[in-house]
Amino acid sequence: MNQPAAPLLRVQDLSLAVAQSGTRVVDRVSFTLEAGELVGIVGESGSGKTLAARAIMGLEPPAIRRVGGEIEFAGRSVPAMTPAELRDLRGARVGMVFQEPMTSLNPAMRVGRQLEEGLIRHRALAPSERRQLIAEMLLRVGIDADAALQAYPHEFSGGMRQRIMLASVMLLKPALLLADEPTTALDAVVQREVIELMVGLARDHATAVLMISHDLAMVARYTQRVIVMCRGEIVEQGPTEQLLRQPQHPYTRRLLAAMPRRSPARAVAAVLQPLVDVRQLVVDYGSRRGLFGKGPGKRALHGIDITINPREVVAVVGGSGSGKTTLGRAIAGLLKASAGEIRFDGQRLGHGDAAVWRDYRLNCQMVFQDPNSSLDPRMSVGALVGEALRQVPGLSRAQRETRILESLNEVGLDASHATRFAHELSGGQRQRVAIARAVIRRPRFVIADEPVSALDMTVRAQILELFAALQERHGFACMFVSHDLAVVEQVADRVIVMQDGRIVEQGSRDAVFDSPQHEYTRRLLSAIPALQASGDGGVRLKWRIEDAAAEAQPAPAHAPAGPTGLRGLPGLAGLTGLTG
Amino acid sequence: MKFLERRPAPNAWIGGLIVGSLLLVAGVGAFWTPYDPLALNFTAQLAPPDAVYWLGTDEFGRDVLSRLMAGATTSAWISLLSVGCAVLVGTTLGVLTGYLRGAVDRVVMAFNDALMAFPGILLALGLMAVLGANRYGIIGALAVAYTPSVTRVVRGSVLSLREREFIDASRVMGNSGLFTMWRHVLPNCVAPLTVLATSMFGWALLAESALSFLGLGVPPPAPTWGNMLAASRSHFDEAVWLGIFPGICISLTLLGINLLGDALRDRFDPRMRGLR
Repeated sequence: MNQPAAPLLRVQDLSLAVAQSGTRVVDRVSFTLEAGELVGIVGESGSGKTLAARAIMGLEPPAIRRVGGEIEFAGRSVPAMTPAELRDLRGARVGMVFQEPMTSLNPAMRVGRQLEEGLIRHRALAPSERRQLIAEMLLRVGIDADAALQAYPHEFSGGMRQRIMLASVMLLKPALLLADEPTTALDAVVQREVIELMVGLARDHATAVLMISHDLAMVARYTQRVIVMCRGEIVEQGPTEQLLRQPQHPYTRRLLAAMPRRSPARAVAAVLQPLVDVRQLVVDYGSRRGLFGKGPGKRALHGIDITINPREVVAVVGGSGSGKTTLGRAIAGLLKASAGEIRFDGQRLGHGDAAVWRDYRLNCQMVFQDPNSSLDPRMSVGALVGEALRQVPGLSRAQRETRILESLNEVGLDASHATRFAHELSGGQRQRVAIARAVIRRPRFVIADEPVSALDMTVRAQILELFAALQERHGFACMFVSHDLAVVEQVADRVIVMQDGRIVEQGSRDAVFDSPQHEYTRRLLSAIPALQASGDGGVRLKWRIEDAAAEAQPAPAHAPAGPTGLRGLPGLAGLTGLTG
Repeated sequence: MKFLERRPAPNAWIGGLIVGSLLLVAGVGAFWTPYDPLALNFTAQLAPPDAVYWLGTDEFGRDVLSRLMAGATTSAWISLLSVGCAVLVGTTLGVLTGYLRGAVDRVVMAFNDALMAFPGILLALGLMAVLGANRYGIIGALAVAYTPSVTRVVRGSVLSLREREFIDASRVMGNSGLFTMWRHVLPNCVAPLTVLATSMFGWALLAESALSFLGLGVPPPAPTWGNMLAASRSHFDEAVWLGIFPGICISLTLLGINLLGDALRDRFDPRMRGLR
């Protein structure tokens, strides 16, 4: 049955549709995968990439029907399999790693039991052999087996959980691994460690990998071939290198053009007094008095000093738990600082002086990460944007409406959007509304907390462009909080790198990106590519710091304590110490 | 607005129809009934249903249909008012405690939980003893009995809303806490509140009937479904319709309210969507 010529996986003209309406969500998709090959599927949300991958395992959601096409795995038709055959296929031959490590492990089961499950189902092994295999695999993924087996998933950080997930899937040595955005929910540095571990493991076991992601740079780095999907169709596929260098389809070109790249450095005029001056800011969590006395409390910020000059864009970067979001929220006045002071325009913000505080409120605005959650679902766009004007005295109704329309126009929306509700808009449009709301009062200082992290690549590029244009036009100073260094490189004048509630490095953008001093900065930078245009709309990806990639070379099979195994540990612990 | 294109389930129609007719009958019953529900007629005691008295008469010759209509008015009025009071007080407490947290939250919720520890009907019984057995006594007792659940439900949704970024956005805009609660928190609690209020309307109706059945409700001769049912017990072997018609009214209304409540919950809860 398994002829040598047959590829491991053959998807032919696969079409999926929503059962109720008949809308096609995957349209005549065809591709093949050879044994041991690493292939990426890249597309934005709604491109059908996840559905196509799930169909390979017969795991499409109940509302989705296959309306045509064929999927063959090792020469056998997957849709024709009986449920029992499908169960034998899943896990044993085809493994899957999901996006969200926080929810893909059962929180009520010990890690050891979860790892065992697949082996019990698919392999006839004695308990001692099982334990042996699991211990070896955990060692390979860099997790201390003795402690982990009896632990529950919540005791691990996101990166560790994704390692555990990987271990549980790879234990069965599947011939094909489907990885659906395996690292999207993780920090840049952890992301890289996990993905390199995954690629290494796949090489060890000659497992083919189908990597599904919105992140073209990441996919391009590790795969041999890339498939680009858009609106349910494959628009282009080919060898990675060639596809990047000479993209054929306009959509691929758009994707490549949307990858953030460095803008020319701006000259920032010298000023006498910074607009925002933060000194020795300390924020503690959990020290609130509870019913049973004082809790231990956790220090999120250890005395931060920051100055932001007028018209300057200062980026604050760091992994999760670095305290960057806490810093932004504390400066915005959403969190109470335990110690330290914040000065705005020379005036100290305190609890005593209401006028200073009021002035600050009028002049400081915030753009939040998730436009789904930052817009009140029960209010129209016009009302949302206009609400900010409530605090501005002496505006007539007509004046207000004019201001609202002006603001909407500024962010690329028009009057027809004003009467709609947030859920009727796309993600990008929602973030435009959020930006309009932030700038309508002409603030002098805007705090942007991961404003583009929840958006698709091409939309992200548009929003960043819009943001930069508005910043240029209105000249507000900006604190740009982000975990994504690629985005920061595009927008920031100055960069502050945070780790564990402390500033580890700061300097002008070019200095930090070109000659990072701190080890942590270097690790953050190693996760993102530097782009070089290669004519014809293509790009060449260059990795800034290559040593981590060298570290990720697969360890020899006889030496499970490979570099990613043991040496990965201490760094990881430092990185993830605050995420729990 | 995809969800508006979805046709409501038949359940919603049936529930809506039943509740709608109840409210209609209650409305009509307040102003007009075929006969005076209190008028005695000793020539037609315990008359079976016929063309004159459609649903028969009771032991004093009072028309059952008229009494049922008048009873619907009383029952609906008591249920609406008690649920209304519970929603008003419970929502205020829920929004305040959920938004402010801290000491206010702890004190109010401790009291709230203490009230919740009593079964609703038992609490109402005790309160009736204090407030007196009349319609305002019932309204007060039921309102107190139902307020804690409203507070719980509203506080629950406020707690999750509070973590949403639009609440932060409102604070950054310089809005006061009260304004934020009124403008952003409250409207977003309406969905779960509507569902709860609907089912509470049913509970209140049943509780009112039960209290009247026990003789603690609206005192005779004023009719309610509960005291009609109670009075029918002594004549059950000779005039079965006396118990059957109020019984049917109570069951049908509860069925309608539950169907409507379920439909509302499906409509508001996105997780339930598409499962049917």
